Amino acid sequence: MSSTHDKKVVLEIKDLYKAFGDNQVLNGFNMQLYEGENLVIMGRSGSGKSVMIKCLVGLMEADKGIISVMHHDITTLNQEALDVLRADIGFLFQGSALYDSMTVRENLEFPLRGHTKKNGKLIDTEKLVVEALENVGLANTIDMMPSELSGGMKRRVALARTLILQPKIILYDEPTSGLDPITAKEIIILMQDIQKKYNTSSLIITHDVDCARVISDRMILLIDGIDYAAGTFKELSNSKDPKIKAFFK
Amino acid sequence: MLRFDVMTKQLKSFFIEIGELSLFTSRFFKETFKQPFELKELLQQCYQIGNRSLLLVSITGFIIGLVLTLQTRPTLMEFGAVSWMPSMVGISIVREIGPIITALVCAGKIGSGISAELGSMRVTEQIDAMEVSGINPFKYLVVTRVLAVTFMLPLLIIIADTIALFGSFLVENVKGNVSFVLFFNQVLDALKFGDVVPATIKSFFFGAAIGLIGSFKGYNCEEGTAGVGKATNIAVVSTSLLLFIIDFMAVFVTDIFFEL
Repeated sequence: MSSTHDKKVVLEIKDLYKAFGDNQVLNGFNMQLYEGENLVIMGRSGSGKSVMIKCLVGLMEADKGIISVMHHDITTLNQEALDVLRADIGFLFQGSALYDSMTVRENLEFPLRGHTKKNGKLIDTEKLVVEALENVGLANTIDMMPSELSGGMKRRVALARTLILQPKIILYDEPTSGLDPITAKEIIILMQDIQKKYNTSSLIITHDVDCARVISDRMILLIDGIDYAAGTFKELSNSKDPKIKAFFK
Repeated sequence: MLRFDVMTKQLKSFFIEIGELSLFTSRFFKETFKQPFELKELLQQCYQIGNRSLLLVSITGFIIGLVLTLQTRPTLMEFGAVSWMPSMVGISIVREIGPIITALVCAGKIGSGISAELGSMRVTEQIDAMEVSGINPFKYLVVTRVLAVTFMLPLLIIIADTIALFGSFLVENVKGNVSFVLFFNQVLDALKFGDVVPATIKSFFFGAAIGLIGSFKGYNCEEGTAGVGKATNIAVVSTSLLLFIIDFMAVFVTDIFFEL
């Protein structure tokens, strides 16, 4: 833990509030993500995990609070600046969110549209697409349509699409939900490999205890809209607090 | 009292919807003139919308021409005015029946298609995925589709009108032994500037209405598959109603300028 805290903070949330009508979902949530860290946020269904992660990338507007991504407060950024910052943030959606009408190749090329140059040189789109697909072991699916892929393959392709801009931070929204245990394990291993290869910082939203155990450097439990408890998997799983214990039963 | 409350609530939500649609429309105009222009996607949408609706619009046009001529013929014969048939059919098809029927058919086919496509993209988070990739989904999805329908509908209407006239000619040729040259000479003689131009202008408005409402309902679709169904249904119903309102306004304005 101490080694983690010596590192640079890449993402920070302070006092985040979000309500939908009378339903107060986030009630002063706080968190920090350090460089190269895998931080897992666990919470029950409907606890506001997905709302929090959507506020992080500006897909939802928070009612109150500070969201700082690589020292930029995203609540104050204009659309152009936000789009530039988003290139450094990868987002893996719960349902993969592949574009139905495009092939796997087109799905991966799509995020590159606004980024045709890197360090003043034209980027080789084809090379990047093939490399990203090879990273997830699906180079042979390049000309297939998303409807031809299984759930696990879709999740891998979505991960490849997330990786194509080589983001510094990756946000995973329930990366193993809806997958069988073997495929879920494969996805977790893939996430670990990616983290090692690119030294990305990862924020993983999940209610899958196995996923949290394997991948987390640190965990935060989101209960009643706040960061109820934080620590390593071991620390939290040994807690005597009944609200925390309920997660690890 | 309860009924009054329900009515007030419905009226309030109606005006909120109108307000949101107005904001959506103003955003459309703002984004249309902002770079980068999505020309490739616009051409793709033009091809998709035009090509996929061509057969349906052609069949509808042909049937309109046939039915209109068959139904009107006996009445004109009673008054000894059957020779006026090509002029009457030409004017009614070009001025009114062709544009409105084609627009209604396209509201069902194109408007529902746009609404369902964008709605399912919204519920499966594909629109969110575009946004986090730093790509403006409004510009890529909405602007291209609305422009494509606006440009393609007038062309589809011209095709439908032409085929409807052929349908009418077929009946006249079989029943009245009217030649092709005579029929179309009479049609072209009867058509004036005030018949063709206002009908063409209003067809652009019809196209914009179909694209805007279909996109608005789909883009702001509620969660779940039921939300997609609801959005599609409302899109078709609202567009159909709006087409008649636009048509009424167009006729009203045309009457001022061309004295119908």
